[in-house]
Amino acid sequence: MTEQLWQVHFKVRRQRTGGKPYVQTFTLEVDPEEYILDAVERIWAFHDRTLTYRHACHHSTCGACGMRVNGREKLTCITTIRSVTQNGGTVRIDPLRNFPVVSDLVVDMGHFFLRMDKSGFNSVAPVAAACLPYEQPQSAESSTGRKPERLVDCIECGLCISVCPAANTDKEYVGPAVLASLHLMYSQNPSQEFINQADDHTGLWRCHSAYECTEVCPSGVDPAWRIMDMRKKVMSDRIKSIFRPRSQEKKNV
Amino acid sequence: MKTTQPSAIVIGAGFTGCALAYDLAQRGFLVTVVERGELASGTSGRTHGLLHSGARYCVTDADAAIECIQENMILRRIAKQCIEYNGGYFVALDDADLGYVPAFFQGAQNCGIPVEEIDVQRALEAEPALNPKILVAYQVPDAAFDPLRLAMAFAASARQQGAEFKTFHDVVGFLRDGNGNICGVSAVNRHAGQPVDFHADITINATGAWAGKVAELTGIPVPVRPTPGVMVAYEKRVTQRVINRLCEPDDGDILLPQRRMAVIGTTSFEVEDADYIPVYTDQIKEMHKRAALLVPELENIKMRGAYMSARPLIGGMMSGRSLSRTFKCYDHRTDDGVDGLVTVTGGKATTCRAMAEKTADLVCQKLGWQRTCETAQHTLADYHLYYQAAEVTA
Repeated sequence: MTEQLWQVHFKVRRQRTGGKPYVQTFTLEVDPEEYILDAVERIWAFHDRTLTYRHACHHSTCGACGMRVNGREKLTCITTIRSVTQNGGTVRIDPLRNFPVVSDLVVDMGHFFLRMDKSGFNSVAPVAAACLPYEQPQSAESSTGRKPERLVDCIECGLCISVCPAANTDKEYVGPAVLASLHLMYSQNPSQEFINQADDHTGLWRCHSAYECTEVCPSGVDPAWRIMDMRKKVMSDRIKSIFRPRSQEKKNV
Repeated sequence: MKTTQPSAIVIGAGFTGCALAYDLAQRGFLVTVVERGELASGTSGRTHGLLHSGARYCVTDADAAIECIQENMILRRIAKQCIEYNGGYFVALDDADLGYVPAFFQGAQNCGIPVEEIDVQRALEAEPALNPKILVAYQVPDAAFDPLRLAMAFAASARQQGAEFKTFHDVVGFLRDGNGNICGVSAVNRHAGQPVDFHADITINATGAWAGKVAELTGIPVPVRPTPGVMVAYEKRVTQRVINRLCEPDDGDILLPQRRMAVIGTTSFEVEDADYIPVYTDQIKEMHKRAALLVPELENIKMRGAYMSARPLIGGMMSGRSLSRTFKCYDHRTDDGVDGLVTVTGGKATTCRAMAEKTADLVCQKLGWQRTCETAQHTLADYHLYYQAAEVTA
């Protein structure tokens, strides 16, 4: 994998529940091809057992290990040390923004997960629907007679919410992942309910079109595109609703 | 017989701990789960993500294979939310693989695993990225799942039945009553850095690869061998089905599709302590070679991640690959003369519900609590609901 070990200084934001935040530096000999999460785990294992952080799958399918690395949102399990520093360099590690910090690098994902739940988000979808519409879904002929299914792209890591300038100024804003989920759900099942949830000042209309969410998404979800496309769908629904009988309007609310 | 509500502490919130918390809570226990990190932050989270059909073990380990197919069918029903059920192929690449076919086919029949031979041409049409040199293909009911979400779905279901989850609480010792029996645990709340004790009628050590280390706190030996394997994830999903090499369980014999990735696994070696296991470069290279045998284009596809997971194999005189993948419950009263403590370890992710059922049966029998398992009959709660509205930080 590599020719030589690097010496890297990891500056980690520490904070106990209710305590004052501070930065602690750990200097490690690391293989630059290793991932940031490996380094964090090594700090815990060999330097300081009090360090807290979230992690599970270590290969970008679970979304638990999102952190800010040198000020940038990263899924730390697939971010190599080489990609963010150099031999003798420094790596700053902070918890995600726009989530309450519980301790050290652990943030509370509760609000976010409940919002995802409310949006109807399913982690599994038919293969074709799990992809972005402008992509070619891969061949998936089923020899079982069943429609092949796939775990969808969004891993609910929260990076898009951490990076979002609108989420930073408005706690009530549901954020890119939830809106992307509503768009995905609507494309699978065009129910008025998804339109109603998205069409709100804490929803679609709070987005400033900064496109940072798409920039940081480690899974290719493209929340910014989904938000813009959902706006079109909402506008077209509004126009259609002018011609919709009132009785039907009520039924859909 | 016990008439007041019994209480239980479950140490460890991996698949087994979460499934056990759910089972016990459903049987009326007051359950507290004590876990030193996040849910599924040990072996469970880092599992390959294969919902086994059992066919992998049908020749070498029939007990594990039967457990797998039975639980596969149950999880397919109750945990559909986090499983993509596209099936899997076993493919033969050379004469040695072909030689394995009769034993494989017979083993699968004996274990009740539905296998069907698929015409090679049809298999290649369904999975065009497969090595075109495959000699035969068999279809099995394999599936891929999302590890963290499976644990969360069990935990969410447990919480709906009243179980409490104390994550980031490190167990540092056991509490004993006047007779020397276990009556709870001492832990440290790692968020606040504060000690806290939990008391219960029974404590279950469900820490998998760490079961030996945790039991050691009481001086009781549990023969579990942390047996890690490396897995490598690629930037492209090359198949829709799980692709297994048609041979005896070996290194790099399973290629799993997951989201936009393909994940090859795995190796097998033993360690003393599973807290930190380096990801060895030579093993990554070996996995890469094996992956390209099944799907040649992987040779040139970028690696996305490489990681290790430590299986909790039950030790005996045998080692590594030949150890059974089945599980074991220890009642430390009968084995070691210490009451109030049960250990469950071994097993596969696929069999976590069954492990929980057997362990809860043992716990109920010990406490004279006459309730039976219902976890196979109900769909699990949505995994998001592990988080509860009343307590999320504003």
